[in-house]
Amino acid sequence: MASKTINILVKIWRQNGPYVQGCLEEYPLRDISTDMSFLEMMDVLNENLTRKGQEPIAFDSDCREGICGMCGAVVNGTAHGPQKETTLCQLHMRQFHDGDTVVIEPFRSRGLPIVKDLVVDRSALDRIIQAGGYVSVNTGSPKDANTILVPQHVAEKAMDAAACIGCGACAAACPNGVPMLFLGAKVSQLALLPQGKLESKKRAIEMVLQMDKEGFGNCGNERECENVCPKGIKISNIARLNREFLKASFTIDH
Amino acid sequence: MQLDSKIPEGPLAEKWDKCRFSNKLINPANKRKYEVIIVGTGLAGASAAATLGELGYNVKSFCIQDTPRRAHSIAAQGGINAAKNYQGDGDSIFRLFYDTIKGGDFRAREANVYRLAQVANNIIDQCVAQGVPFAREYGGTLANRSFGGAQVSRTFYARGQTGQQLLLGAYSAMMRQVAAGKVKMYTRREMVDLVLVNGAARGIICRNLVTGELEKYSAHAVVLATGGYGNVYFLSTNAMASNVTAAFRAYKRGAGFANPCFVQIHPTCIPVHGDYQSKLTLMSESLRNDGRVWVPKQAGDKRKASEIPENERDYYLERKYPSFGNLVPRDVASRNAKEVCDAGHGVNDTGLGVYLDFADAIKRDGIDVIRRKYGNLFDMYQRIVDTDPSKEPMMIYPATHYTMGGLWVDYHLMTTIPGLYATGECNFSDHGANRLGASALMQGLADGYFVLPYTIANYLAQVPWGATDTQDPAFNETVAAVKERTASLMASTRNGKGKETVDFYHRELGKVMWDNCGMARNAEGLKVALKKIPEIRAEFWENVIVPGKEQELNQSLERAGRVADFLEFAELMVRDALAREESCGCHFREESQTEEHEAKRDDANYSHVAVWEYKGDDAEPELHKEPLTFENVTPSQRSYK
Repeated sequence: MASKTINILVKIWRQNGPYVQGCLEEYPLRDISTDMSFLEMMDVLNENLTRKGQEPIAFDSDCREGICGMCGAVVNGTAHGPQKETTLCQLHMRQFHDGDTVVIEPFRSRGLPIVKDLVVDRSALDRIIQAGGYVSVNTGSPKDANTILVPQHVAEKAMDAAACIGCGACAAACPNGVPMLFLGAKVSQLALLPQGKLESKKRAIEMVLQMDKEGFGNCGNERECENVCPKGIKISNIARLNREFLKASFTIDH
Repeated sequence: MQLDSKIPEGPLAEKWDKCRFSNKLINPANKRKYEVIIVGTGLAGASAAATLGELGYNVKSFCIQDTPRRAHSIAAQGGINAAKNYQGDGDSIFRLFYDTIKGGDFRAREANVYRLAQVANNIIDQCVAQGVPFAREYGGTLANRSFGGAQVSRTFYARGQTGQQLLLGAYSAMMRQVAAGKVKMYTRREMVDLVLVNGAARGIICRNLVTGELEKYSAHAVVLATGGYGNVYFLSTNAMASNVTAAFRAYKRGAGFANPCFVQIHPTCIPVHGDYQSKLTLMSESLRNDGRVWVPKQAGDKRKASEIPENERDYYLERKYPSFGNLVPRDVASRNAKEVCDAGHGVNDTGLGVYLDFADAIKRDGIDVIRRKYGNLFDMYQRIVDTDPSKEPMMIYPATHYTMGGLWVDYHLMTTIPGLYATGECNFSDHGANRLGASALMQGLADGYFVLPYTIANYLAQVPWGATDTQDPAFNETVAAVKERTASLMASTRNGKGKETVDFYHRELGKVMWDNCGMARNAEGLKVALKKIPEIRAEFWENVIVPGKEQELNQSLERAGRVADFLEFAELMVRDALAREESCGCHFREESQTEEHEAKRDDANYSHVAVWEYKGDDAEPELHKEPLTFENVTPSQRSYK
C-alpha cells in the first residue's frame, strides 16, 4: 500500500437543472492521496468549494461499497471510470497519475434525464421492473423452500444475472442509450429459475414494451455495456432475453 | 409515559398464535379504505409495503434515494438465519431463540425473540418463492454456512450479497404492488417531521430533495422503517444517507427511545487509512469461518506478516475461546481486537489492525474453493487496500456497524405514540445488547412480512376509515416548525459568517463519540462527552456553512439537517451509557468487568430496557424502565470458552 499524493485537474459537468444549459468547469486539485476513493476526492473538492463560498458539485452516492448502485458518472469517457468491474465509489485514485486531467460527466441517455450536475433520474429503471420484473407470489405460506430444487449451476447462473445493481451504466455506455443489460439480467434471472418460468413469456414482452415507452433505443450488439458493467454481467443475458422475447412473441397464449 | 409491552399470556411457543387470534381483523372490502405511510424501503420497509399492498391497504412508501432498491439493507453480505435444520445438526426454533437471546446478553424480550425464531423459517420459504437465488448444494437443495455465536450451520446466503438479493426480492414484490396501484412510491423524499393529530400519528412532513419543497402526507397510521443511527460516529459501515432524523423527530414528538447506547462495533472491517475517509467498509463475518485472527506475540513487531514465524504468532481468539474460536460473537471479537491493539500488538501503520489469515484454509481447501466462497470480498479488499488477501493476510479492525437501540415498541411493534410503528433496525426489540450475525436480515423481513401486517390491523380496526387529508392545523404547524429550523440552519451562511463545513462538525462529533462512547466506556469519559457535545452543537449552529438555496437540490442542506439531529441525539446515547452502570453485550463499562476482562452484567439492577422520554430542549430527558423477565431461559454469564 504505497501511499503517495498527486496533483490533478478535474473537469466536471455543471448543470443547474434539467432544462438549462450546462458546461464543463475546471478545478485543479493538489495533494490528493492515491489511497483515496474517487468519491472521497470529490468530497475534498466539495469541501474546498464550500469553504470558498461556492456551491459544491451535486453527485449521488450512498453505500460507497459498490453494491447500492447509487453512484456513477462517466470518467474520461468511460462509465464508472477506467477500472474493470468497479463502481465509481470503489475506484481509487491510485488508478490516476500526477498531472492527469480527469473529465467527469453525468450518465447520458434519453431515458435518464439530468437532475443537477452529475445527478440523473433513473426512475425509468423502476418502471421497467414494475412491468414484470418479479414473481407473482403473495406473502403468506409458501411451501417449504427445499421442495423447489434448483441445480447448483443454474442457481449460480441466476445469481450471476441477479448481481445487477441497477446503476444505469449500461445505458450510459450504449451508443443507443439502452439499459438492455439491466433488462436482460432481470429477465434471465427469473427465466433460469423454476419460480419465474410460469410468467416468463408475459414478463419478457411487457418489460421490453416498457423499455420502449421510456424512450430508450434498441440493442445493436456493440457490447459497450458488458465492458463497463461494474458487476461483470455478460451479454449472454441479452441473448437470453432475445430468445425469451422471440419465443414469447410466437407462442404467448393470453 | 406508559410502557405496556402487550406480551400475551401463556406458554412462550403459543404467544404469537394467541396474539394473532385476539387481534381484530379488517375485512378485505374495508382494507382498501385505509391508508398507511411507510418511511424507508429497506428490508423492513419494502417487505411491509409489499405485504400491506397485497392485503389491500393503500400504502404510501417513501425513500431518500432515487429508487427504493438502494436502501442500505442491500449492503448486508453474509446471510440470514433460520432454524430449518436442513443440515440435521441439532438446530431448532428453541435453539435459534436461545442463541439469539444469549447473543444479546439477556437484554431482549423473550417473547419477541421467540417469535422472531418462529417466523424465520417462513422467511426462507417466502424468499425462495420470490426467486431469490440462494446458494445451492449439488443436489439442488439450499446450502448453509456458520456464523458467529452459534454452533450449528443455519445461515442461508447468496454469495457475499445476501442483503442485496433479499432486498431485491422485497423490492420486486413492492414494484408489483406499485404496478397494481396499491403502493404509491415517493422517491428522493426525506421525512423531516411527524404529524400528530389528537395525540396519534396521522402524517409526515417530507422534504422533496429535488425541489426542496416541504410536502404534507396523511394516513391512518405511520410506520418508520428508517434504519439505524451508526453514522453518529461519522465513520461507520452505514451508507452516506443513513441517519437518525426520522426516529429522532418521533422521539421529540413523544415516542420513547430505548437503549440508545447499544451500538454494535463490527470486528471485521477494513482499518481507517486517512483523515479524508468518508466511510468504513465491512468484510463479512462469514470470513471468520475460514480466516484465522492473529497478531504478533511481540508487541511493536514491525515485520511483514510473512516474516513472522508460526510460533511467534498469537491466535488470540482460538487461545482464549477454544470452543468457539474465531466464531465468537461480534462484541467479544471486537473487544479482544481493541485489547491486543491497546497492548501494542496491533499491525498496520497505525497500530490499529489485526490479521485475518486465509493461508491455512487455502492450503486445506485450495484457492478455488475459497474464492468461490469469498471471491467478491477478496476483490473488494484488494480494490480498497491494494493487497491480495490470498497472498497476504487481510488487516481488519472494528468499526461501528449496527444499532440495537431504537424506538421503543410493544409486542405489536407500536411505539408509545398511538398509530406510530417502528420496524427493523429502527426499533429496539429483538437483539438486546448485541446482535448476532445474519440476524438483522431475519428481523427486518420478519417485521415486514410476518409481524406488522398482522398487528397493524388491530390498531386500524379501531380507527374510522375513509380518505385522509392534511387539513388539520397540525400539518401546517409542523411545516412551520420545520421551516424555522431550516432557516436557522442556513442563517450563518446567509449572514456571511459561516466558518466550517457540515462534515467538519460531523467528524468532530464522531471523534468524541468514538473515544468516549465507543467499544469501551467509563463514567469519566462519558462525562467528558456530555460536556463536549453541546459545545460542538453550539459551534455548529453558529458557524456551519450551508451553501445554495432551500428550494432546490441541496445536498449540503440535507447533510446539515441530519448532523443537527445527530448532535442532539448523541447526548442521549451518552446519557444512556452513563446510566447503565453494568457491562452487557456491546456496552462495555470498564468499571464492570470480570477478572478475565469479560463483560460483567448486573442483573439485579439493570435487567431492564432503558426508555427515554423527551421533556423539552432545555430539560433532561426522563428515564423509564421496562423490566425484563426470563421464564424460559436462565440468564447466565455468557461463556464462549
